[in-house]
Amino acid sequence: MAQTLFDKVWNRHVVVPETDAHPATLYIDLHLIHEVTSPQAFTVLRERGLKVRRPDRTLATIDHSTPTLINADGSRPYVTEQAGKQVEMLLANTAEHGIETHGWESANRGVVHVMGPELGATQPGMTIVCGDSHTSTHGAFGAIAFGIGTTQVGHVLANQSILMRKPKTMAIEVNGELQAGVTPKDVILAIIAKIGVGGGTGYALEYRGNVFEEMSMDGRMTVCNMSIEAGARCGMIAPDVTTFNYLEGRKFAPADYDAACEDWASLATDDGATFDKVVTMRAEDIRPMITYGTHPGMAMPIDALVPIAADETEAAALNYMQVTGGERMTGLRVDRVFIGSCTNARIEDMRAAAGVLAGRKVADHVTAIVVPGSEQVKIEAEAEGLHEVIMASGAEWREPGCSMCIAMNGDKAAPGELVVSTSNRNFAGRQGPGARTVLASPETAAAAAVMGVITDARTLGAAA
Amino acid sequence: MSFQPLKTITSTTLVLSAENIDTDQIIPARFLTVTSREGLGKHAFNDWRYHDDGSETDHQLNSDAAKACQILVGGHNFGCGSSREHAPWSLTDYGLRVVISSEIADIFRGNSLKNGLLPVVIEKRAHEWLLDNPGAEVTVDLDACEVRLPRNGGTYKFEIDAFSRHCLMEGVDEMGYLQGQSDAIAEYEAKRG
Repeated sequence: MAQTLFDKVWNRHVVVPETDAHPATLYIDLHLIHEVTSPQAFTVLRERGLKVRRPDRTLATIDHSTPTLINADGSRPYVTEQAGKQVEMLLANTAEHGIETHGWESANRGVVHVMGPELGATQPGMTIVCGDSHTSTHGAFGAIAFGIGTTQVGHVLANQSILMRKPKTMAIEVNGELQAGVTPKDVILAIIAKIGVGGGTGYALEYRGNVFEEMSMDGRMTVCNMSIEAGARCGMIAPDVTTFNYLEGRKFAPADYDAACEDWASLATDDGATFDKVVTMRAEDIRPMITYGTHPGMAMPIDALVPIAADETEAAALNYMQVTGGERMTGLRVDRVFIGSCTNARIEDMRAAAGVLAGRKVADHVTAIVVPGSEQVKIEAEAEGLHEVIMASGAEWREPGCSMCIAMNGDKAAPGELVVSTSNRNFAGRQGPGARTVLASPETAAAAAVMGVITDARTLGAAA
Repeated sequence: MSFQPLKTITSTTLVLSAENIDTDQIIPARFLTVTSREGLGKHAFNDWRYHDDGSETDHQLNSDAAKACQILVGGHNFGCGSSREHAPWSLTDYGLRVVISSEIADIFRGNSLKNGLLPVVIEKRAHEWLLDNPGAEVTVDLDACEVRLPRNGGTYKFEIDAFSRHCLMEGVDEMGYLQGQSDAIAEYEAKRG
């Protein structure tokens, strides 16, 4: 019987099939952990006298609570003592259980969803979990990858398995030719705007069509990363030669690489396989996108008018954002720009931002920070001289981490400030109490930084 | 982790009618640096309940009536956003045992089930009744999988996975169940090499 990519990967990992009485026991190939959602899970292991079943299938880093600045004396300015203790606890827990950890000394430390693929730990056909909802990122490689809570982090540490019922499948098909200036971030924002912030609840997504086939791995990761913003725990793209070329030679790449690629190539959805739901979009219809409200589904083309609020919830969102239905977002004064996060902090994002910032100056009233997704991204960007371009513009070049995406390390906006951000969530207060977040691509964010107002990057002329 | 078994809850309802209440509203990220799971109730909906200087706002969540509620009725798509289990931890510590909505986000739903917080997805008509009648005394019967509304509001069935229902009713978690499958897991590992 014809199967989808999701079906094939799922079926390979069923330890005990699901019945009416109990969910399936699903084997987990790779468990990524970080400091925020793991401490209570290690405590449970300790209380019950349990060991980590497969330290060799577990990989740790520090990213959420970590400062993106370094003091003159080399120390790290943690936002609170507690944040520093959380990082220390992760390092102590992983040392105790023999888990490979990319801490401060590692040249591979980074935002967990940037690091895993860079190390080649993320591979097609795998099941991957992490106590972080943006684990969906790894679906870009044709893996089933989804976020779990801390209780399940404990389950996976102890059993390398979780209990789960099989979700429904949804195909998101985008074919055609993208217009100039339309980025992967715009594609996923357009998809979320179409299906809604809860439209994917209960589904595993598969992104299909020539638009995704022609996308780089960095772009595919941006797309899959935001699957959860449509309510879908996981979003996948079939592995192909782009995937194979990306992974070749990386630390955890399989020894017999040709055999692995042959196997991975067989994972693609069969002709004639059916999905529970199919959504189609024309690539030509997608324009550069920005959000205007307080969830990622409240997104629109940058040159469109803010929709009139249809109900009280939408009216409250527009009120919070201090925007008016029927007016444009372009021209709104910007206070801060954040270029970073597991959505848009890979090397191509750094190049895109630097491309706009080159030869230009960040507006006087704007604070712009660029936070590479990992030490490797930072090293690569600096080898290309991107950091010099970024700093010459007046933007700050920071140390890798989640930074202003989740704003729990001290990097945040003040109440009322308008932030154009390449991250994934524009929830009220996400980037600091009272902060107003507008989600956009690196190009649009960089254009906002130099113009000081929300700007369609396509309208920028050549730099002086 | 253990919690009180949950069979039938009768309580007044706390209604937060906004749609898409996300986990950053339930517990802002700056409270996630904790390394234990206790005591988060005071930060549940922190930025709705407190001014910048820490003083309480006049939000209903600060009222004694709200704090006495065990049932929260949320707008459509409750709990969207992050995987932070701190969200259900903060709600149970606040005193809640049940969350009812017309749609509840997947990860939040799963996290709630593992912490003795019953997520109930109910049909639109009942949801609208609940939104329109804040403070009503409602019974959620997990044994019968029913929500019973007062004042002839009617009785509505809800669906819940049989396994999750069993775990909630008996107050057991899934760790023991998974530990019991260690032979099957070992066999799977051996077979795959």
